[in-house]
Amino acid sequence: MKRFMGMLVLLAGSHSSAQAGIDDVINSATAPIATLIGQIVFFKIPIFGAQLPVVVLWLVVGAVFFTFYMGFINLRGFKHAIQLVRGDYADPNSSGEVSHFQALATAVSGTVGIGNIGGVAVAVTVGGPGATFWLIMAGFLGMSTKFVECTLGVKYRKEFDDGHVSGGPMYYLRQGFKERGMEGFGKFMGTFYAIGIFIGALGIGNMFQSNQAYVQLNNVSGGALDGLGWLVGLILAGVVFSVIVGGIKSIARVTEKIVPFMAIFYCLFSIIVILMNVGSLPQAIANIFTGAFTGEGVAGGALGAMIIGFQRAVFSNEAGIGSASIAHSAVRTDEPVTEGIVSLLEPFIDTIVICTITALVIGTAQVAAPDFAGDSIGVAMTSAAFEREFSWFPIPLAFAALMFAFSTMISWSYYGLKGWTYLFGEDERGQTIYKILFCVFVALGCVVQLGPILDISDALVFLICVPNILGLYFLAPIVKREMISYFARVESGEIRKFK
Amino acid sequence: MSNKLLVALDGSDGGRRALHAAVEHASLTGADLVLTYVIEWTPYSFHTPQELEERHQRRESEIERANESVLASEREVVISAGLKVETVVRHGKIAETLVNLAREHDVSQIYIGRRGESLVHSMIFGSVTASLIQTAEVPVTVVP
Repeated sequence: MKRFMGMLVLLAGSHSSAQAGIDDVINSATAPIATLIGQIVFFKIPIFGAQLPVVVLWLVVGAVFFTFYMGFINLRGFKHAIQLVRGDYADPNSSGEVSHFQALATAVSGTVGIGNIGGVAVAVTVGGPGATFWLIMAGFLGMSTKFVECTLGVKYRKEFDDGHVSGGPMYYLRQGFKERGMEGFGKFMGTFYAIGIFIGALGIGNMFQSNQAYVQLNNVSGGALDGLGWLVGLILAGVVFSVIVGGIKSIARVTEKIVPFMAIFYCLFSIIVILMNVGSLPQAIANIFTGAFTGEGVAGGALGAMIIGFQRAVFSNEAGIGSASIAHSAVRTDEPVTEGIVSLLEPFIDTIVICTITALVIGTAQVAAPDFAGDSIGVAMTSAAFEREFSWFPIPLAFAALMFAFSTMISWSYYGLKGWTYLFGEDERGQTIYKILFCVFVALGCVVQLGPILDISDALVFLICVPNILGLYFLAPIVKREMISYFARVESGEIRKFK
Repeated sequence: MSNKLLVALDGSDGGRRALHAAVEHASLTGADLVLTYVIEWTPYSFHTPQELEERHQRRESEIERANESVLASEREVVISAGLKVETVVRHGKIAETLVNLAREHDVSQIYIGRRGESLVHSMIFGSVTASLIQTAEVPVTVVP
């Protein structure tokens, strides 16, 4: 470990003097690969003047299919999801096991992140107010995809002799295809997924997060942290290290507690800001609807707005990527369908509630003062919308962004770990190597501008939705059968309420 | 209502005193005893994915520890007094879980030791004994 830290300090130390040098070397070495992978994964088809990335189409078609095939489970299962989370069906004899609420809270803090604050601003800037409508629509459809992947995650997870479990798309892809007589193909898909989630965990779930956290802190401190990325990186890496390697649960527990409060605090203040601008609200809502179907001023018109909305929604709620399925697999239940039903709420909370609220904060500000944000985009734009009403708001917002980034890193460190153990086995030493590697990348995220590497990781995260959704198509009949049987037993009273 | 008494144990002296009072009572009336150990737990808490994964093993070991370190020896006390006894370990909010267990086992009375919670502590977190008395559906005997 000491050696690793030594290397890190060396890297960090050389940063100020030779940053450009290191960045240039890494960039020029990886840029061609990034461009190639990016071109393949985000391959765009031009339709009516808009650019439609095939991967987004793949995700949306999947979500629409699962919504219809499961008979609108996203609507039908909603009430039951709330009952499950409330514990109405929790057997007192299994109290002490992971509850539905705990599983949901963990999965939500993995997805609620910078995207909910900054991603929406990007969507509205590029796709106009109408993008919000499609963002909500994608969140709604994504609920069905989540249902399918989380049900499968629990159904096909692997239980080890000592009682611990590992699950997720790599396991259901391998096992599910094997059951359908395609063992070799299943193995290939499982391995492919595991590699993708592992690399994605180092990028989108790690470097991107620590990088954004640093940028936020630097912004809010008025540039006082300029050139101190190495310090912020080392501190962040140290904290992450103490949680995932040192097993200091108290830090994790504090964050896991702060994040939900931050989310509630954020929503509450958003609603206050919206109410303070209530005069602009009807116009802002009208803009969302007209923009959605006319796409005024947006490249590619309505279709352009639609693509942007869909893309941002997927970035935010991760439906179809399969990550939440890994978190839900840890839950012990005899009914995999219940985990699927609970997971419906994740895109709902993440996209339909939090993203929409952000969009309305920005939307009402735009109506009241079209130039409120100047040239700023992303988180800075959202921050400016709040600042109009509360000058001190950027500070708690930066803190919230830091907390969101941290909890996302903790969650993704686990997703990546599961990819790693799938590939290299459950050996403790191997796991420690992975965790240390993860921490090194946390620090790196703040230190160097690794554009192309982030692009590769981004692309890989989207690439793994290809095997994942393909697997979901193949295994959907199994989920449907279980779902019908489950609801029949709830109806007949065989699965009874305890409250 | 069956002739059963529930005793809330937590490994403390107070719990032990409650047990002795209950044994005395049961010897006179021929009641059976239900010894319980409630592990403080809430379904509404927040955890990392790693903690979720380890939860099942942790629960098993918590139950085993409660059985071995508290219930096993107290059980012997009851048996040597010539009474029938069963033991239960359950996770949950203490007062609420005791009320539920009393209902499930159809007991006629609950015995609990005074916990000696400090004034400040019970002002902030509420007293287990007080909320048990407020919510129980059968008589509660608090043994000082």
